[in-house]
Amino acid sequence: MRYHSPTDFASASALAAGASGVTRFLSGGTDVLVQMRAGMVLPDDLIDLKKIPGVSDITQTAGGGWRIGVAVPGIVLGAHEGLKADWPGVVEGMNLVGSTQVQGRATLTGNLCNGSPAADSVPGLVAAGAVVEITGPTGVRTVAVEAIPAGPGKTTLAKGELISAIVLPARGDNAGDAYLRFIPRTEMDIAVVGCAVSLRLSGDTITEARVALGAVAPTVLLVSAAADAIIGTTLDDAALDALAAAASAAANPITDKRGTKEFRVEIAGVLAKRAAKIAFARAKGETA
Amino acid sequence: MTKVHVTTTVNGDTVEFLADPRETLLDCLRDHMGLTGSKEGCGTGDCGACSVELDGTLVCSCLVLGVEAEGKTVSTIEGMANGSELHPLQRKFIEHAALQCGFCTPGILVAARKLLEVNPDPTEEETRYWLAGNLCRCTGYDKIIRAVLDAAAEMRQEVA
Repeated sequence: MRYHSPTDFASASALAAGASGVTRFLSGGTDVLVQMRAGMVLPDDLIDLKKIPGVSDITQTAGGGWRIGVAVPGIVLGAHEGLKADWPGVVEGMNLVGSTQVQGRATLTGNLCNGSPAADSVPGLVAAGAVVEITGPTGVRTVAVEAIPAGPGKTTLAKGELISAIVLPARGDNAGDAYLRFIPRTEMDIAVVGCAVSLRLSGDTITEARVALGAVAPTVLLVSAAADAIIGTTLDDAALDALAAAASAAANPITDKRGTKEFRVEIAGVLAKRAAKIAFARAKGETA
Repeated sequence: MTKVHVTTTVNGDTVEFLADPRETLLDCLRDHMGLTGSKEGCGTGDCGACSVELDGTLVCSCLVLGVEAEGKTVSTIEGMANGSELHPLQRKFIEHAALQCGFCTPGILVAARKLLEVNPDPTEEETRYWLAGNLCRCTGYDKIIRAVLDAAAEMRQEVA
């Protein structure tokens, strides 16, 4: 295995584009090193991105959003007051990943690129309308987070392409987000179902919403029908029921050791309701 | 396999070693530096027995490559006692009999030290969540939690 530590993304992209064998990008390493250890992935070229300037930074964009470097670990996100105030759902999703030790290394970008349908940080990013900046052999392009996962362990990134930053939009006023997952214990587990909701209010009426589900399909889902069920409402009981029905209808899970298909379909609706209530309360400025 | 020359600081001392790029920091600490206090329980970041601080961040050294330690600062269990004087956490672990086989103990001590650094007065719940990534198959955890909370209380009084 050849270990590379380029100092800019174009070089990282060129290394990957020119490699003939198995290539992996290394940031936090909490998935890559486990896969290497298990013999699932034995890279010929390992490209460490942490020597690239800016990858460990969280910076505010000109438009009031946030640009998150690819090597920013969960513990740094969780300690960033400005980011937490704007996007608490995104931060709480990431902070559910693994232990304190894993939080010291694991990154949003790695969680996204690992391609797990149950990745806890991805529904929050999708609900937030986050985009990724991709550096590739032909330059830089920007795509929505939900366009990256292609199935378990797979992404839509082409050979030589890598994510060079995650960008969250400006939060704006009267808005809130939340992420909830179901696990059968309190900590250190993988989501059986996850759901993130982001919404904006005008008075008590929801004017914008995005709902994302995790672990109920081969990829994280952006469920526009679930968002439509609450837009224009005050999140009354009828709207919550419609939201739950739309979330359950969109869920297309498998039965595995963590939960049955029927259970996941039901819980997708339950979590959508609960996450929407929390997002609503946050949009109202209440601490929830 | 080309080995990589790595210079790093471990427990305050500058250390140089040659690492196969596939070797983890844990491998390098144990096999190249002779620092065998950090243990390998799982090798996949689940058990916490290999916990160290890397530039002040608590990490599993089995999930860090040795080559990634270049230019960084590593703190291991070997740097915890001050000469022959045990750290309060170490002393309280003995007083509370918070270990049996002892395999998880170095990792738990390193993790607990970091907890008390960032939160000198943790609740029991905060302590249990912080240490959720440190598995112990002997004690049932209760004595560990009591020892950490007792050490925290003692350390707060010392500062005051």
